Amino acid sequence: MEWKPLIRRAGSEIFKSSVAAVWFMFLTFPLMVIKISPLDRTIEWRWMRMVYVGVGAFLLSFIWRYMLERKETGAEKSEADSWQKRAGNRIRSDRMIFVPILAAIGAFVIVFPFMFSSYQTSIMITALMYVMLGLGLNIVVGLAGLLDLGYVAFYAVGAYFYALMNHHFGLGFWAALPLAGAMAATFGVLLGFPVLRLRGDYLAIVTLGFGEIIRLILENWNEFSFGPSGIAGISRPSTFGIKLTLQEHTVYLYYIMIMLVLFTILVVGRLRNSRIGRAWIALREDEIACQAMGIDKTKTKLMAFALGATWAGFVGCILAAKTTFINPASFTFMESAIILSIVVLGGMGSIVGVIVGAFILILLPEYLRAFSEYRMLAFGASMVLIMVFRPQGIISGIRQRYEFHGKAREEVRT
Amino acid sequence: MTGTSSPVLEVKALTMDFGGLRALDDITIRVGSGEIVALIGPNGAGKTTFFNCITGIYEPTSGDMIAHPPGKAAKRLNRLKPNKVTEQGLARTFQNIRLFQKMTVLENVMVARHCRTRSGIAGAVFRGPKTRREEQEMVEFSYRMLLNVGLEKYVNELASELPYGAQRRLEIARAMATEPFLLLLDEPAAGMNPKETGELDELITRIRDEEGLSILLIEHDMKLVMSISDRIYVLDYGQMIAQGTPKQVAENPAVIKAYLGEAFDA
Repeated sequence: MEWKPLIRRAGSEIFKSSVAAVWFMFLTFPLMVIKISPLDRTIEWRWMRMVYVGVGAFLLSFIWRYMLERKETGAEKSEADSWQKRAGNRIRSDRMIFVPILAAIGAFVIVFPFMFSSYQTSIMITALMYVMLGLGLNIVVGLAGLLDLGYVAFYAVGAYFYALMNHHFGLGFWAALPLAGAMAATFGVLLGFPVLRLRGDYLAIVTLGFGEIIRLILENWNEFSFGPSGIAGISRPSTFGIKLTLQEHTVYLYYIMIMLVLFTILVVGRLRNSRIGRAWIALREDEIACQAMGIDKTKTKLMAFALGATWAGFVGCILAAKTTFINPASFTFMESAIILSIVVLGGMGSIVGVIVGAFILILLPEYLRAFSEYRMLAFGASMVLIMVFRPQGIISGIRQRYEFHGKAREEVRT
Repeated sequence: MTGTSSPVLEVKALTMDFGGLRALDDITIRVGSGEIVALIGPNGAGKTTFFNCITGIYEPTSGDMIAHPPGKAAKRLNRLKPNKVTEQGLARTFQNIRLFQKMTVLENVMVARHCRTRSGIAGAVFRGPKTRREEQEMVEFSYRMLLNVGLEKYVNELASELPYGAQRRLEIARAMATEPFLLLLDEPAAGMNPKETGELDELITRIRDEEGLSILLIEHDMKLVMSISDRIYVLDYGQMIAQGTPKQVAENPAVIKAYLGEAFDA
């Protein structure tokens, strides 16, 4: 009796997958089956290929449906979530596990540039830059819930600020770094004002436009930004008089990046569980209730834009110092899309998630070079899969817990 | 209590038009200090619109809304932004629960402390003694609010994981955390079973008595309204059709007509 509905279900699933298979066979028919050879004017019919497509599509569709089913019934979700929660809580609460893991990561991070080539170190610097960008955008998108597709604009502001200041006035990296952040924050507020009333898709479109405007200005205002040819000969980070070779400079920049990433993690982590951070999350969760609880929407939004932009400004400054050359081509919409993917893929609002996301999205394509033409395919497919089966991102944000014992209270950070 | 105690909220001739539709027509309401006042009426009568006008979500077409915070000068609420209204000391709950779903129960209440605390970005980053003290106070205050409504066992749960009745009570705790003198409850008993409604009745009365708050509530549950309210206003199609004590209202022919239709109009 229990078997009947199951068999009927299975039958319907097989039917659906068969339909998918036939559809794919039909779609790929001209491409996969027919082969016209114009030289000897013959048509080759490769029927076996059609069978392969059919079987492949059938199996994939079946697996796909099965996974979706599992996800809907919640079996996988609760399992994975509770597993993650338990593991997460254990890692964070148990010093016996937490400290050695942190120490191991720390040791690896410190010796990394001496173990690997300068090329590898350079890739790692790029990945760390994206970690910072991701954490910055995470404030705007992940915490405050403001979908910003023009984040690259602030990145460009930071980069051009340092490049121009260095070119015209010989301003050094260390002086320019905080100023580039401040400059980007100013632009963040400038963008923030007109979009205060917008939300969701409307906001996305306007920020997208803003990003393009900045890029087009840089491309076309030759007197100001030297147009598409960009600015060359930007100073590397100053070493306070010590002479370094190019390799040593890379290592130096690597350590600068490590420090800055740690600084970012500290700041973003603290902001997240602060009065301001909670206001951002409340704004993301429900704008009307947030205002009704006495939070000034305008101020909170502007703060999120400004703080998010600050980090893009920092990284922009670092980019200019790293490559010693910038032009508008580095600041296309594709950059914004990648940074946004890092945040969404890694897990909105989660610091560890964003770090993992940045490493996956930046390092994977680098190391997948071996599979050359399949690399972008694998990349795209893995993104689709993650979004379908883990829409909350690889690692979801976990809120701070508090413990109360009677009237007395003890704060426990987990 | 009667309407003679000093007022905490006075609404005079409030009118709200949406295009050609008059949602509220010349509504005058007064809530006295320590009173529980109910606003009732059939669906679409304009009750929630009235709340939205007071709390600054809508800007009324005409009329005056004046708050009298105890011990402070009277303040006109017209044209104030919602967060400023809350700062004045009017807090509300929502008909369709609007909790911050992905925040914990305690954090939901802590958010409501925002307008009574100060620390900014620098405070958050450096975590100086002042910020830490404020944070500590915020946590303790919020926990007391949860104790107040009996939600202490859910402190670290996500708001979305609470049972329905508990979500309603969390909304009340969150509103209370803004330290209001007037609590605006929009259908607090909606969707509750009779046992939960009974507990709510007790909770609202206790809040009034212990915290000295005044309460203006919208409610459809007549049993709750009749037992809890000092006075009742009845709206229908944006018009005020009756007001008075529960007994007076229950006997008012216009009210019976509005609720039961023409057929019962003897």
